[in-house]
Amino acid sequence: MIPVPPAIQRIPWKLIGILAGITGFGLLVLYSAAGGSWTPWALNQGVRFLVFLSVALVIGRFPIRIFEDFAYIAYIGVLVLLIAVELLGFVGGGSQRWLNLGFMNLQPSELMKVAIVIALARFYAQLPPGNTRTFTALWPALVMIGFPAALVMLQPDLGTALAICIGGVVVMFVSGLPFWWFGSAAAAGAAALPILFSFLHDYQQKRVLIFLDPESDPLGAGYHISQSKIAIGSGGIGGKGFLNGSQSHLDYLPEGHTDFIFATMAEEWGLIGGLALLFGFFLLLRWSTRVALKARTRFGQLTAAGLTMTIFFYIAINLMMVMGLAPVVGIPLPLFSYGGSSMLTIMTCVGIMLAIENDSKTGTRRFH
Amino acid sequence: MPRKKPPPITEAFRGITFTRRALVVGGAQAAVGVALAARMAYISVIDNDRYVLESESNRVNLTLIPPRRGWIVDRSGKALANNRVSLRIDIIPDRLHNKEMVLGQLQTLLRLDGDTMERINRDLKAASGFQPVAIKEDMTEAEYSSILVRLPELPGIAPQRGFARNYPTGAAVGHLIGYVGAPNAEEYQKVKDPLYITPGYKIGKDGLEKYFQDMLKGKPGARRVEVTARGKVVRDLSTQADVQGNTVHLTIDADLQEFVARRMGRESGAAVVIDCQNGDILSFVSMPSFDPNSFSDGISSSEYAWLRGDDHQPLINKATRGLYPPGSTLKPMAAIAAIEHGIDPSERHTCIGGYRLGSRFFRCLGRHGSVDMATAIMKSCNSYFYWVAHRLGYDAIAPTAKLMGLGEEFQLAGSNQRFGTIPDSAWKMKKYDQPWSASDSLNAVIGQGYVSVNPLQLAVMAARIASGRRLYPRLVNRHFKNEPLPFSAEALATARHGMDLVVNGPGGTAGRSKLPLDGIAMAGKTGTAQVRGLNTGNGKAGTWKFRDHGLFIGFAPVDNPRYATAVVIEHGMGGSRAAAPVAKDFMTFLFDREKAMEALTTFEAGWGGTIKERMDRDYAAWKAGASKPDPGLAQ
Repeated sequence: MIPVPPAIQRIPWKLIGILAGITGFGLLVLYSAAGGSWTPWALNQGVRFLVFLSVALVIGRFPIRIFEDFAYIAYIGVLVLLIAVELLGFVGGGSQRWLNLGFMNLQPSELMKVAIVIALARFYAQLPPGNTRTFTALWPALVMIGFPAALVMLQPDLGTALAICIGGVVVMFVSGLPFWWFGSAAAAGAAALPILFSFLHDYQQKRVLIFLDPESDPLGAGYHISQSKIAIGSGGIGGKGFLNGSQSHLDYLPEGHTDFIFATMAEEWGLIGGLALLFGFFLLLRWSTRVALKARTRFGQLTAAGLTMTIFFYIAINLMMVMGLAPVVGIPLPLFSYGGSSMLTIMTCVGIMLAIENDSKTGTRRFH
Repeated sequence: MPRKKPPPITEAFRGITFTRRALVVGGAQAAVGVALAARMAYISVIDNDRYVLESESNRVNLTLIPPRRGWIVDRSGKALANNRVSLRIDIIPDRLHNKEMVLGQLQTLLRLDGDTMERINRDLKAASGFQPVAIKEDMTEAEYSSILVRLPELPGIAPQRGFARNYPTGAAVGHLIGYVGAPNAEEYQKVKDPLYITPGYKIGKDGLEKYFQDMLKGKPGARRVEVTARGKVVRDLSTQADVQGNTVHLTIDADLQEFVARRMGRESGAAVVIDCQNGDILSFVSMPSFDPNSFSDGISSSEYAWLRGDDHQPLINKATRGLYPPGSTLKPMAAIAAIEHGIDPSERHTCIGGYRLGSRFFRCLGRHGSVDMATAIMKSCNSYFYWVAHRLGYDAIAPTAKLMGLGEEFQLAGSNQRFGTIPDSAWKMKKYDQPWSASDSLNAVIGQGYVSVNPLQLAVMAARIASGRRLYPRLVNRHFKNEPLPFSAEALATARHGMDLVVNGPGGTAGRSKLPLDGIAMAGKTGTAQVRGLNTGNGKAGTWKFRDHGLFIGFAPVDNPRYATAVVIEHGMGGSRAAAPVAKDFMTFLFDREKAMEALTTFEAGWGGTIKERMDRDYAAWKAGASKPDPGLAQ
C-alpha cells in the first residue's frame, strides 16, 4: 500500500467532494438553462468555483486565532462599507446594493452575514459565564445585529436583512441565553408583524400578499411563484430530461438561472434530482454541524453554529420560495445559483469552518 | 438533574448547553429539510397532472387560421369578390402595454398618416380585450419585415400572412356585394366564437357578403405552435389547413355590371338589367358608390366622412332604397290596364295641350293633336292618359301596377328595400282619411302625386311587359314559377308597340337613343319626374337638387325581348336627355361590346378617367379642402 503523504491527507477531500458535487450539478443546470451552452453562465460559474474553493482552502489553513482577533475590525469594516453603499445610492439617486470591484460586484451585505456571526461569537466567547443571564449579555448583541440589519433593510433587501438577523440570533441562542427570552421575543415579533409589514416597501408588501394568495395575480406579481411551481410540478418524478425543460427554455420561468434555478433543475431532473440536491446540502450541513460540535474553542463552536445557520437559511428560504412556501425575497440557492456574491459568502463560511475543524484536530478540547 | 434556582453557570455547563442547543438547531434544520422534500414530492407527484397540463398550455399556443372566404362569382364564374394574399399587422389590446411607445414606433416605421392613427385609436377604444385592431393591411414585404425584426420591442403586435377580401371591380359592385369587416365587440358577444377575435378574420357586414355569411365563411384551420413567454414562435407542432368557404354564384354579368357602373359617369342614380327569360338580374348598379375594398380594409374616418358628406349619397343603394315618382314610365302599364278595362287602343283622343277637369286644367308637355294609344305612349302625351284615368279611375289601374311589381317588396338576397306606394282609394282613406278624387287619378296615371317606386320595381315592370310573364327578380339561382300575366295579347302588344315607337318611331321621345346596331332595336319609355311641385320652376336648369329626375325603362330586342332595364338618373333633367342614352349604351354592350366600349372610352375621357381614378382624385381634393368651411355646399 502506498503511503499517502500527510500534505494530501490534510486536504479535506470529502468536503471538496460535496461542494464539487453540488456545484457540478448546478453547472449542468446552468448549461441547460443557457440552451445547451457553456456560455454565458456555466463556464463563469465553474471558474469562479475553483477560485473560491482555493480561497476557502487557504482560509482553512489560517489559525483560528486570527478570526477571533480580527472579528470586531472586520465587522466594523463591513459596516462602513454598508454605509458607503447607502451613501453611494443616495448620491446616485437610487438604491444600490453593490460596489463595483471590476471583476465582480461586491455586496457588502453578503459579507455582513459572515461578519455578524464572527463578531457575536467573539462577544459571547469573551463574556464571563456568570453574565450569561444578565442584560450585559443582551444589549450589545442586539445593537450589533440591529445596525447592519437596519442598513440592509434601507437598501431595501428584506432577504439579506433576515439572514443577518437569523445568523446573529442563532449565535445568541447556542451561547446559552435564557430560553424564555427567545420565546417572548418570538411572541412579541409575531404581535408586531402587522406594524413591521407596514414599514415594508410597496413591492415587498405586494410580494408578501402574493405569497399568501399567488393565484390572485397569476400573470402579474404572482407570475414567478406560479411559473416556478408549474416547472417543478411538471417535472414529476423523473423530470422531462436534460435540456428538455420547456418552462425554462421558453422563458416562462423568470430568473431561471439565478433565484429560481431549483425550478429549472426540478423540471428537467424531477423529484429524484431535487432529493439528490437536498441530500447534498444535508451532507454539507451535517459536516458543518459536526465541526461546531467538535470545535475546540468556544469561539469556534459559536462561529461554526452561526455559519451553519447562515448557509441553511439560504437554502431553506430559497427552496421555500420556489415551492411557494415563502414570499419572493430574492435569495439565491448556495453554490447552485449563478452569481458570485453568494458563492463568495458560502465559501468564506466553509473556509472559516475548515479553520475551526483544523484547529479542533490540533489540540485538546477545552470544554465538555 | 436537580438544579438550584439560579444554577451556577460554569464553562462546562455552558458547553453542555451549547451542544444541546446546537442539536436543537440542527434538528429544526433537518425538520425543515424533510418538510421541503415532502413539499416537493407533493407538487411533483400528487399535483403532477395539473402542472403538466399548465406547462403544456404555456408551451403550446393554438392559433386559429382564419378560413379563406368563399368567392362571389358572376353567371360565368368571373370573380366579383375573391381573396388576395395580404401581409398585415394587428394590435392585440390586452397585450399592448406601452401604447404610446408602440403606436409611435409603428407610425414611424409604417409612415401612417393622421387619419390612420385616428382610426386605430378609435378602434382601440372600442375594442374588447383580445379583439385585434388592424394597424395596416396589404403591407409591402419591406414594411412587413421591418416590423418582424422589431417584434420583441413591440409587445401586443401580431403580424400575419393571410388573405384579404378583394373586389376586382371596386366601386362598381359596392352596393351589390356589400363589404366585409372585422367583427365588433357586440358581434363577438353574440356568437362567442374565438374565431371572431382572430386577427384577419372578417365577416360580411352589408349586402350579399352579410346575407351569404354562413355560406361564404368556411372552416378555420388551426396551428399548434411552441411559443416563448414573450409570444415568439419557436416551432410549428402541427397545422390543420382551413377549409375555404363555398362559392356563391350570382346571376350578375360582371362585365355588364362594370360597364353600367362606369357608364353612369358622374351622375347619381341606379340602373338594373333583368334577363327577360328567367328574371335573372344581370346588373344591379347604384352610383356613385363606395369602394368595398376600402371598407373591408377598415375605412379611415375621413374617407367615411367624405362619403357621408357627398350630396350624391354614395352610401345609399338607390336601386332598392331610392324612391322616385316614376313619371311617364308608367304609361305603358296604364295602357295595358286601359285595354283590359275595355278601351280600344285605336280610339283617338285629341290633345289640346292639356286636359280640363272641372275648373282645373292639367297641362300636357305639348299639343299633340289627335292621338291613339300607341302614339300617346310614343309622344308621352299626358292628355291622353288623363282622359283614360278620368274614364276608368285609378282603382282600375292600380291592380295592374301591382301585378307589374310596383309597390312590391321582393324576396331578394341581401337587399334592403324601400318599396314605395301605388296609391288607390282605400290606401288614401286609410292614410289620409280622405276620399280619392279624380285629380288624384290624373296625377297618379302620369306617375306623379302619391306614386313612388324604386328602380328595381321599374326594371321588373319592364321585364314583365317585355316577357308577358310575371318574372320574379333573382340574384341567385332560386326557382320561381314566373307564370304568364293575366293580360290579353293585344294589351301587351300595344304597350310594346308604343314603347317601340318611343325609341324607333317618328318623333318618339327617345329617338336619339336608338341602338347603333343592325337588326336589333330597343323599345322603351322615358319618364321625367318633378322634384318640386308642379309650376314651381321648370326643373330643367338651376340648382342640381331641384332639377327633375330622368327615368327610362326599356327592353331589347323589340321583336323577341331578351333584356329589360330601368335607369334612374337623379336630377338628370329628363328621361330622354339623361336616362335613355345610358340605357342605349349598356344595351349596345349586351350585343356589341366593342362598339359600346368605344363610346364609353370617349365619355370617360371627358369625365376624367375611370371610376377609381375619379374617386381617388375627388377624395384627395376633398381632403385638401376639408379644412375650409364646407366646400360641398358652395355650388
